[in-house]
Amino acid sequence: MKDRLKNLDLITAFLWLLRAAIILVVAWGTFKTLLSNPYTSRNWLDFIIFGIAQGSMYALIAIGYTLVYGVLKMINFAHGEFFMSGIFTATSALAIPLAASGFMDQHPLLSLLAIGLLSMLISVGIALLTERIAYRPLRHAPRLMPLITAIGASFFWQYYFRGLFGSQVRPFPTVAALQGSIPFLNTTVLKTHVLVVVVTVLALVALNFFITKTRAGMAIRSVSENKDVAALMGINVDRAISMTFATGATMAGLAGLLYALVYGQVHFFMGFIPGIKAFTAAVLGGIGNIPGAAVGGLLLGLFESVGPSLFLQGLGIPAFNQLKDVIAFTMLVLVLIFRPQGIMGERLAEKKA
Amino acid sequence: MSKKAFSILALLVVTSLLLAACGAPAASGGADAPAAEGDVVVAAGDPIRIASALVISGPNTDLGLDSQHGVEIAIEFKGEIKGHAIELQAEDDGCSAEGGQAAGQKIVSDPSIVAVIGTSCSGSGVPMAQVVSDAGYVMVSPSNTAPSLTDPAQAWKPGYLRTAHNDKVQGAAMAEYAYSVLGLSTAAAIHDGDPYTEGLANAFRESFEALGGSVVAFTAVNVGDTDMRPVLTSIAASEGGAPAFLFFPVFTAECAHLATQALEVAGLENTVRGAADGCFSAASAEAIGDAAPGMYFSGPDLSFSGDVYNQFAAAYQSNFGTAPISVFHAHAFDATNMVFACIEEVSVEGADGSLTINRQAMRDCLYATSGFQGITGSLTCNEYGDCADPKIAVYEIVDGEYVSVWP
Repeated sequence: MKDRLKNLDLITAFLWLLRAAIILVVAWGTFKTLLSNPYTSRNWLDFIIFGIAQGSMYALIAIGYTLVYGVLKMINFAHGEFFMSGIFTATSALAIPLAASGFMDQHPLLSLLAIGLLSMLISVGIALLTERIAYRPLRHAPRLMPLITAIGASFFWQYYFRGLFGSQVRPFPTVAALQGSIPFLNTTVLKTHVLVVVVTVLALVALNFFITKTRAGMAIRSVSENKDVAALMGINVDRAISMTFATGATMAGLAGLLYALVYGQVHFFMGFIPGIKAFTAAVLGGIGNIPGAAVGGLLLGLFESVGPSLFLQGLGIPAFNQLKDVIAFTMLVLVLIFRPQGIMGERLAEKKA
Repeated sequence: MSKKAFSILALLVVTSLLLAACGAPAASGGADAPAAEGDVVVAAGDPIRIASALVISGPNTDLGLDSQHGVEIAIEFKGEIKGHAIELQAEDDGCSAEGGQAAGQKIVSDPSIVAVIGTSCSGSGVPMAQVVSDAGYVMVSPSNTAPSLTDPAQAWKPGYLRTAHNDKVQGAAMAEYAYSVLGLSTAAAIHDGDPYTEGLANAFRESFEALGGSVVAFTAVNVGDTDMRPVLTSIAASEGGAPAFLFFPVFTAECAHLATQALEVAGLENTVRGAADGCFSAASAEAIGDAAPGMYFSGPDLSFSGDVYNQFAAAYQSNFGTAPISVFHAHAFDATNMVFACIEEVSVEGADGSLTINRQAMRDCLYATSGFQGITGSLTCNEYGDCADPKIAVYEIVDGEYVSVWP
């Protein structure tokens, strides 16, 4: 015991103190909140539902970060723009004219399918273009270069789409069939939230099938294991990488549609914050790990929604809702301190150590 | 790279990007701004140059572009001053502290600029007032309304004036409308941390409580937030019960999210919603869409009349092909004309046809403005640059148009 104490260096001790302090603050805040109990069980359930809906979108976007990291070991910071480009185009070029012509009210399902498809197509197109032009020439460059290129690509696409469709906030047309809510336990859930969760689950199941059962999915996995060996086994590495980008962008395009349905407005800058949050979710879940991205996204959404009320309200902090990002990132710090590889990031640990 | 180093790097990247996204106010760079030169000399045949710094990009474009149109019409009507044409250099304040700082630095690095019309957003006005004042320049804002900007204990700087109302007046008007006219006795307010929104929310709270109402919740969201349902749920569960009136004087995007999502939160179905002039534009009305019934907007009283206004409105329509798209076009027109009046007063013609304008004299002249007849009323500047003749009205959206309902 004495020896161990002697060997304890200052930074390790500080880190332990920090961990203890964060946990204490969280526990104390939770205790105080629950003691004064300002919310009914219905409110808590509402917070959880809001969190799951928001988290589902983060999860879908996070898939793209994690897939690309898996094969290229690079953080694709332009991924938020893939998300924006699809739905911004689909809203401006398709949804608004459809709603104006009255077609959307008559055939809501058909319209949403068309809008969703266009959103995914554009996202995939932009992703493939970015990969081909901006990333592929840099594949053997030092790792920081594609990272900076990705940030540049992100700006490029933001202002490209701003030029195309303007800098205004564009409202996404309301879909009459998705208005209102349905009863659930002792509360009600918005129909759009139900749709988000159902679509996300279906998309994740389909993704799982694609990655584990199809030839293209297996090619992606083998390239992510080892590019050189995969190439020796006759896999077209460039194609597999393009496929990876396309898969991630499909999920992002889908998330775009859900985002537009839930929040009802799109603009050229809308990809930035969800992109950063989804990247956080991917790191939280263990970057490179697909189920991890889903779990990380869901957890991040829940922390943001439930966290401020649960941890901070009891501490008497004014305007505690403004601190929801602080909560989300504190949780990230906590998880990374105890599990630097992220919640489900085993594979990464083996490979990168 | 070891996994530990990677986690640290990832954290750093995330936090730094988040900080950038949150728009932390940039430190003032006033110290290295060029020193006051004293005089602007406009050579014979050269134009007199003024700058504008208004929000002309992003979701709040309508707000700034509308004011810029006002400035352009004022220049068109004026034509020339003492034989010199007038030239506008239009900058973007970005509706953020960084944007105001950058636009300010760019303007004061150009010694030919005589005065600045701007900013649109109070958040940009705070750093820009510092930069512009330190450089000896003068700025007149057509739409900054935050009380702190003309409060010498807070953000006021000696080169700053405005023709927009002070939000103490607007907050009081909204409180009176909610409490006395609508008969609502409980309220909640939400701001986004920006000086304009926080100042107005505070002014509303003070007036509402002074009238005898109770404010059950006073909280904030972040610029860029989209999911407002958690904060609205906590407001609905306030100790004093769900508020009868919910006031959120924030900008277009967040305002539309709050307006639509409040209808979907249990406990707030019957709450009357209120917003202010930051959410008063064609784009805002479009973004709010079907959620408009049951929502009120405070803003400057736009029931202008008189020949000048009629000419102004006709010029706006013919130059830009639309009716005014936001609310501060007339304030911008008045601000520009105040500047022109002072240029005429203080400029000295040289024998070679040049024009010399002393910056300090410009400032003194603008501060001495008294009984100036503009579209927005009779403008008289006080010692801290508040020049407005403030008249506030309350509006609602009917078929996508803002229609005045009070007074």
